[in-house]
This record gives sequence, structure tokens and C-alpha cells, in this order.
Amino acid sequence: MRRTILRASLATLVATALSAQTVAITGGKVYPVSGPVIENGTVLMRDGRIVAVGANVTIPADAQRIDATGKWVTPGIVNAATQLGLVEVGAVASTREGSARGRDGVAAAFMPWEGLNPSSVYFGPARDGGITSAVVYPRGGLISGQVAVIHLVSGTADDMVLRAPVGMVASLGHMGNMPRAETIMRLREILTDARAYRTRRADFERAQTRAFAASRLDLEALLPVLDGRVPMIVNADKASDIEAAMKLANEFKFKLIIGGGAEAWQVAAKLAAAKVPVLTGAMNNIPDSFSSLGQRQENAGLLARAGVSVALIGNAGGGDEEAFNVRNVRYEAGNAVAYGMEWNAALRAITLSPAEIFGVADRVGSLQAGKMADVVIWSGDPFEFASQPEKVFVRGVQTVAPSRQDLLEQRYKTLPPNYRAP
Amino acid sequence: MRHSAFALAIGFVALASQSSAAQAAPAGARTTPSDTTKTVPLPGAVSLPNADPYPSTYAPVPSRATLIRNVTILTAAGPTIRNGSVLLRDGKIAEVGTNVSAPADALVIDGAGKYVTPGIIDTHSHIGGGGVPGDDGTQTNDINEATAPVTAHVWVEHSVWPQDAQFPRTLAGGVTTIQVLPGSANLIGGRSVVLKVVPSRTVQGMKFPGAKYGLKMACGENPKRVYASRGPSTRMGNVAGYRAAWIQAAGYRARWDKWNANHQGDAPTRDLGLETLADVLRGNILVHNHCYRADEMAQMMDIAKEFGYKIRSFHHGVEAYKIADMLSRDSIAASVWADWGAFKLEATDAVRGNMAILNRAGVRTVMHSDDASGEQRLNQEAAKAMAEGNRIGVPVTEDEAIKWMTINAAWALGLEDRTGSIQTGKNADVVLWSGNPFSVYSRAEKVWVDGAMLYDRLDPSSQWRTDFELGFVPANRGGVR
Repeated sequence: MRRTILRASLATLVATALSAQTVAITGGKVYPVSGPVIENGTVLMRDGRIVAVGANVTIPADAQRIDATGKWVTPGIVNAATQLGLVEVGAVASTREGSARGRDGVAAAFMPWEGLNPSSVYFGPARDGGITSAVVYPRGGLISGQVAVIHLVSGTADDMVLRAPVGMVASLGHMGNMPRAETIMRLREILTDARAYRTRRADFERAQTRAFAASRLDLEALLPVLDGRVPMIVNADKASDIEAAMKLANEFKFKLIIGGGAEAWQVAAKLAAAKVPVLTGAMNNIPDSFSSLGQRQENAGLLARAGVSVALIGNAGGGDEEAFNVRNVRYEAGNAVAYGMEWNAALRAITLSPAEIFGVADRVGSLQAGKMADVVIWSGDPFEFASQPEKVFVRGVQTVAPSRQDLLEQRYKTLPPNYRAP
Repeated sequence: MRHSAFALAIGFVALASQSSAAQAAPAGARTTPSDTTKTVPLPGAVSLPNADPYPSTYAPVPSRATLIRNVTILTAAGPTIRNGSVLLRDGKIAEVGTNVSAPADALVIDGAGKYVTPGIIDTHSHIGGGGVPGDDGTQTNDINEATAPVTAHVWVEHSVWPQDAQFPRTLAGGVTTIQVLPGSANLIGGRSVVLKVVPSRTVQGMKFPGAKYGLKMACGENPKRVYASRGPSTRMGNVAGYRAAWIQAAGYRARWDKWNANHQGDAPTRDLGLETLADVLRGNILVHNHCYRADEMAQMMDIAKEFGYKIRSFHHGVEAYKIADMLSRDSIAASVWADWGAFKLEATDAVRGNMAILNRAGVRTVMHSDDASGEQRLNQEAAKAMAEGNRIGVPVTEDEAIKWMTINAAWALGLEDRTGSIQTGKNADVVLWSGNPFSVYSRAEKVWVDGAMLYDRLDPSSQWRTDFELGFVPANRGGVR
């Protein structure tokens, strides 16, 4: 296995060179996620794609072999809710690119990936932690903007965006001085106007319509939501707000995803019946708001058992889930298991389920022939703290570059530090 | 100043004996101010006659003798004991080893496949003071008295709401002792309080008997941000602020020490803030210093030397690994996270190897939370930090990592002779884990405080629910299975 130290500017070139190679990972305990575990399985990759996965894969003579005996092999993890690449240093305003000012809390046209920082120092730790894709979100307001799936390749922002938009983010619930029903009312008003705008675009251009509740760009951005092409992710914690979101989805025929969903377990059967996926975590049991009094760590397990499609996201709060801790979503899965989720369901909830929810399952999220070669070789159970991701491939390329955190550790592992290197 | 000198000389022993006297006294019994002049001074402020105005009324919950047998014991005092037993009796750890017999009346618990550890201790909590729900208007956030950069006069116990729903969740995480600290808005934020995580109608009923108070200090970005318009607005302004406060405190201490020596003339005028700072200088209150950057910690260490006090523990210390040798030399504990950082510039050099590097240098390394959610999983945080050490070639054993959240934390609070390890004579603050506590799948199954089982995951109907939770919060009985 050629270990290549990449610089961002060289990434595309090197990636191309490496992806021409054929690599066979052999002997590992392979979790394709799309199918049952394969003991002593082989994953064969070529040109950045998975060619074959199975117990009896013929390995071409020219393939590089990686012996994964005793290791666990999984698809790369998809972190389904982050601001990775949008926020570098939280307190530094000039590095916060994840929230638009919008107009009256509405920023539907905001596409935060246009401001993605491909040089973020946190892509390295995320990738080294087994994350190969991330869903990046805008935050704040009634309609925050649009969502992209990014791929953690080294390269430019364009290289990284796997698919966009994959969702529109809105929020329901008590906001500041706005009561719950008013947030519902405002969302309904804006969607109604988007509908009207769709049929009367020409009149609008000639200023022959009534005033609409959102700007032209925002209305325009909502059309794919009304067409059912882009799902609406509604952040809602309280069970009644989740039900309100489901009613709006019925009314306007949009595809709904619930984000947060602290009390989703209370309406699990309804969510399952309506095939509404939920993005939630497993590390919070604190009634930290009157909107989340029913928050519990069993939420994800209860939803999965009811048949709801679940993607696990960080919800512990504090510093557990952003920047270099985007990688920690695997512990969310472990905690979900400790609180009743089936182990396989938890692995699915950080790989194939988010890929399906965001419409990229044809390319990432499982180990299947034809998909992008996003593969992680783990020293053991990926949910355990003692386990380490030993090799991480994104589109068949293993990027081995020390992260900023690695460099600091190397410098100070021995004192006094050598300030000249690394 | 006879009393404080005695307390300093006798140190922990005096405090311990005092506290057992306090425990034996009936609740509400108080010595009068005139009595205290004839007795051993209570811990806390001793600038004035009545030094412990809000005494602990904690009394252990009555318990029966309990033997946990056939279990793996991480003692925090020596090597792991396999197939061991621990006997809890009269609130203390009565016996520990591989051959412990159960008294006839003992409850016997088989611990096959399970682990016992000391009760977890968090040196950095805000629960109770920063309660939930935290919505606008709940007025549950009583942590930062952000009205002046030095508020040494506030005592965080006066903000603690015993019905905060975060307490029972912390207990369910195996945490038996916490230090609640004021926030970090101020250069000097006020007094901390050490609590047992137990149900009580009052904060006095939770106070760890005999525990010293702590003083919260804060460096860097927070104070200069909060006071940007009135000052301090710079790091040099921060340092000038600490120094001015200590100069005042030294003068105040001298005036009171002189008066206490002979009680001649009028007593000096009391000043609540300087009273606290004077007791830091006398060594009766332990300094807990929020500080991120290595260079700032080094400056705080010089300030401590300038004014003759000790820093007991730095908190957060995301750059502590850069000065591990200095912290070790000065016997300053490092209360840190496993991997938090990046939320502000002074936190961007956080590395997961922090704890392992500190541990190797001989620093008393402490796993702290500063977060009600993380506080419930200090074992998981320690597991992350241990794994990183092993990854980068700075190995950490389970016997070392268990100390990060038990005996080392107890030392940072001055309670290492009372709790924090599984040793005969220690308070029976004990956790039975469903498996190895460093596994993501393990959970605290039973938790004892002073020998009383106050949490049993397998018996939901016995679990502590705060007054707030009744009616407001679903009972969640039965879990998933």
C-alpha cells in the first residue's frame, strides 16, 4: 500500500494517480451494511470504485493486497449533521459560514457549501476518525437554507461536494417571542406563496402579484421542495411540533425529514407509517428545554424498532460533535446500542441510512460493487473507544497526512519542544 | 490567629474530625458564635468567629451491609483485583480483596462479568447552579455573577437548586461527588461547593461534610470578552485585576490576623470577598483556575507565587500537555477534557493526547466535564483519552485511567483521604458497572453513596425523580426491551 502524503493543491492529481490502482482488502470481518457480515471477506477496489465484496472474490494478480486479518471492515461513516468546513473556530466570526442573515429569519436560497472551506483543519481528524462523508447544514432562523453532502477527499470545495442540495432546513417550535403556532403559520404562509409564485412567475416579474412573504430567491429555492425533489428537514424536538411538521408535509406534499426529534419516540408509529426519517442522537437524556422534556437516550432504538429510518447524529451538546469531534458520531452509535438499538441498525444509522435519506446511497454508505470506494479498516468494533480506524479510503484513496492535532502531539510528546519540526 | 494556624498545622485531620462531629450532630444543631471560639475552627472562612455559616446537614442514607463478590475491581489505589469482593458496612468500605466473607445480615450481589470502581468524582460541574430547563424566563442559570470582574463574595451554593433534574442523571452515570463551580465570566468568580449527588430538600443536605471550599478563577478570553467595555479588556488587564485583588486580600488578612490574635479594639470591618481571598492565602480554600493556554497557566503560577497561594487545579487546560513538566513540578492537578476544543481560538490546540502526556509526566490528571451531559459519561471520556495515549505511543493502563475520574479528582478537592478509591476505611462511594467501564456498552448499574444504594438501573421504580420532573417529564419506565 503506497502511503501518500498529500497537499491540498496536489490532491486531485495524486488522487487520480492512486485511484488507477487495484486494491484488495483481505481476511477482515466485512460489514457491507447492505448485506450480512462476511467473515474472512474481501473488498476489491479499482479506479476509486468498489469492484467486488464477498467471501470468494478473485483477486487480480496486479492488485495491492492489504491484510485485514483480525480487523473489521466497514463503509466509511456518513455524519448526517455537521457544520464541518463551515465553522472553523466557533468564537471567531470571520470563520463562521454556516448561518445566513436572510430576511425575517428566512434564507431558503442560502447554499452554505458555496462558502465551504476546503482547507479546514478539521477534515483531517474527521477522515482519520473514519468519516468519509458529511452532511453540512446551515443553522438558525425559520428557514436556514440548504444542505449538501460533502465527500472528504482532499481537494477543492467543488471536488468535495458530492451532491447539493439534498435538503432544505426549517425549524418549528417556540422561537424567541414567536409561539409555536406562529412558526407553523409562517412556514405555511411561505410555502403557500412559493406555490403561488410557481404558477405566477411571469406576473411576479411584471410586479402584478400581491407581495409575497419571502424574497424571489427564497421562493425559487423552495420550488424543488414543493416538487418533492428536495426534502425539507424540519428541526423539531417536541412531539407536537413533529406532528405539526407531518401535517405541513401532507398539506404541501413535501418530503419530510425530522431533525433533532428529542420526543420522536412518542410518535414513532406515526413517523414509521408516514415513512418520515429522523436524525437524532443517543447521548442526551436531559430535559434541557420545555420543548424536550421527554428527551431520552432510548429514542433512536425505539424509533428503529418501530420501523423508522434513523440516522444518528451528535446530540450530546457541549463540545462533543463539531470540529475535530465530528468523528465522535461512532460513539453515538455505541451509546445507541447501550440504550437498546440493535448493533447492525446502529451501524446502518451512521452509514447507509443517512446515505439513503440524503439521496446518495447509489454512491456511498455501503460496501457494494459499483459504489465509491469509501472503506474503513478498524482495529476492532468501530463503536468502541479502544478501536482505531487504521486505514481510511475515500474514493479508493488513502490520504495519510498528519492533522494539526497530530503535529501538536508530536511536537510536545517530548519536552522541551523542538520548534523547528515538525 | 490561633484558629487558622491550628487548622493549617493540623490540616486535613482536623477537618476530617470536625466533619464527623458535624455529621453526628442532629440536623439543625448549630454552635453559637461564642462557642466556636473554644472549638476547632470549621473549614472555610476563619476571618470571623462563625466560620461555617451554612453547615452541611448531610447524613448518609441508612444502609445494610453489602457484599459485592466475584467482580473485577478497579481500585484506583493499586492493581486491578480480579474475582474480588468488596464489603460495604456502616457507610464505609469495610474490606476489599479476593477472600472476603459476607456477614450473616449482608446483602450479597454477584458481580460476575461486572466491574466495581470508586464513585466517580467531577471537579467541574455547574449542575444545580445552571439548572434545566434553561429556556428564557426559567431563571435557572445562576452561575455567572457577571456584574464585576472580581466577585469573590459570592458562594455558588446559594445558587444551587436541589431539584435540578440533572442531579439524578449524574448519579446514574456513577458520579457520587461533584464540585459545583461559579462560571468563568469573572477573573475571580466566587466560592465553589462540593456536593454529594444525593436527593435532598436543601443544598445544605448535599454538602460534603468537611470538604474545603474552592475559589473559581478564570483566565483568558472569557473575562476580557465579558468586560470588554468596562475592563479588563485585555489579558494584561486580566492579570492586573488578579494582582489588585490579592494585594487587597493580603492587607485584609493581616488586619484580621492581628485582631484575631488578641481581640483588642474593634474588629475590622467585614468584607465578604476579601474574607474568601484571605482564606485562600491561609490555605483553607483551594484555587480552581479555568485556563486554556500554556503560557497563561505559567503566568498564573507566577501570580500564585507572588502572593503566596497555591493553585490546586487548572481547569480545561487544553494546552496543559505543553507544560506537563511545570505542572508536575508544582503539584498542580490538571482537570481537563478528553477532546473538547476548537470553539474559540484559545481552545484550538486541544489534543486527545493531553491526558496521556500529563499522566506520563506525573501530573495529577483529572477527567472533568463542565457539562451535564458529559458528566454522565466521564468513564467514556477517559476511555477516549486512554485510547489516544495508546495510539500515539504514550501508553495508559486502565489502572491509571480510573484514577483520572476518582482519586486524582478527590485530591483536587482535598478529599483523597475520604473518597475516590476502593480501600478499607474509605467512604463507601462505589459503582457497579454492567461491564468494563471503558467500554461504550457498559453502564453504571448500581451506585452507592456512603454505603447506601441510591441508584439501581434494574429497578426503575426506585430511581430518584426530582420534584420538577413529577408530571413535567415522562417517567420513561421500562426502557426499550
